Amino acid sequence: MTIEEQLIREISVGELLDEVKAKSDDGYRLVQIGCTRIEDAFEINYSFDKENRFENLRVTIGEDVTMPSISDIYWGAFIYENEMHDLYGIPVEGMNLDFKGNLIRTSVPHPFRGEVTVKKVPAKKAVEETKEEAKADAGGEE
Amino acid sequence: MTGRRTVVPFGPQHPVLPEPIHLDLVIEDEKVLEAIPSIGYVHRGLEKLVEKRDFKNFVYIAERICGICSFIHSVGFCQGIENIMDIEVPERAKYLRTIWSEYSRMHSHLLWMGLFADAMGFENLFMNAWRIREQVLDVMEETTGGRVIQGSCKVGGVRRDISGSKLKEMSAGLDRTYAEVEELNHVFFDDSTVIHRTSGIGYLSKDDAYHLGAVGPTARGCGVAIDARETGYLAYPELDFKPVVENAGDCYSRCVVRAKEVLQSADLIKQAIEKIPDGDIEVKVKGNPDGEYFSRVEQPRGECIHYVKGNGKRYLVRERVRTPTLTNIPPLVKMLAGCEMADVPVIVLTIDPCIGCAER
Repeated sequence: MTIEEQLIREISVGELLDEVKAKSDDGYRLVQIGCTRIEDAFEINYSFDKENRFENLRVTIGEDVTMPSISDIYWGAFIYENEMHDLYGIPVEGMNLDFKGNLIRTSVPHPFRGEVTVKKVPAKKAVEETKEEAKADAGGEE
Repeated sequence: MTGRRTVVPFGPQHPVLPEPIHLDLVIEDEKVLEAIPSIGYVHRGLEKLVEKRDFKNFVYIAERICGICSFIHSVGFCQGIENIMDIEVPERAKYLRTIWSEYSRMHSHLLWMGLFADAMGFENLFMNAWRIREQVLDVMEETTGGRVIQGSCKVGGVRRDISGSKLKEMSAGLDRTYAEVEELNHVFFDDSTVIHRTSGIGYLSKDDAYHLGAVGPTARGCGVAIDARETGYLAYPELDFKPVVENAGDCYSRCVVRAKEVLQSADLIKQAIEKIPDGDIEVKVKGNPDGEYFSRVEQPRGECIHYVKGNGKRYLVRERVRTPTLTNIPPLVKMLAGCEMADVPVIVLTIDPCIGCAER
């Protein structure tokens, strides 16, 4: 019962900026950027819409790849790119508004990077780490 | 102007904000030069739970992403799974989902109208908006068992039916609610206090709204006629419907869009009640999802996307929720630049921020 056509086109990292620019020139709006962890790689979907025509560009990257920011083309992309960095730990170069990991502050850095990584840090340890950080921030004083 | 710049932290806890959004406002005298948003105070990692809850049970998690638009979140998620698995939902279930979705929109917009009135110091208007909202919540409770979390949507259909007599009763009740909302809307449209506090404030151009990714009433208040209900999900293709659009691009315009949408929702429910077919309300679901789907639904705040990806197992690989508030943050930053400090709460409220949704 597919109600909406799901156009997904695979592209390489090198093609990304040109493809996104073409979408912008063609009058598409940026709908979202979303990341998915697949085994030892990441799938990043850039979704666009124009008059209810929904299209996606997909980039698949390895763990050590830095992504170029599209915020020069779509100014509002910073919100998705910072989210992608904070949750998945994917570096994004050239963001117009770079929160440097502080948009979504989590006790576990990049919690969506691995498989069910939340399990790997017991709650007690996470609390202890937070206390240590608070102590360091306060100059070692209780 | 003194030329002296100050950074004023606004939120995450603020008397007029029900949601914990934080903004660093760079101001010069009383003028806001720049607003730097920050979220993350209520991040719960709900998306990650998809790895530990099977896809049928995740509906409950999806519904709890937000307390206001809970039902539509469950619709978005279920619709995604149903599309992957080629499940044809019975027509009656589609209509019931439409009816509850529109009641959700009415209750969300009336809640917002009350909060907006409260932010302007208009207490009487606030209480009247919430009084009418109670009628909507009562119907939700009577038909689903829950005022805020309904738990009625499931993969393959819905859990509860509504009897013919109850549907008639609801239709008559909607006439009364419609008349009361119309009366209330006169205040929102014509009262000098509301006009003074909202007209020409928080301007966003049509081009900016489109290119910055604004959705919902935020976009439609700027003349951008986008509405995910036009993509043809649920029973919307069978109903007479056109997005409510205003062109001024200011706080007043966004307020008018929401006020008119309450009436539009009442009308859509009445149409759905007239056209609802008899029949089953659910189908059996066998197997596990293997594939992916971007499920688009129109929340009260705008277009919401549930991206679901399965690999043939009970547990999904990914559930990504792109909520309207998240995409309305860049337009908000644009609206705030150049405004008066005193107008910040009113402007922030006009995007109807739902930080619970945005952070999941």
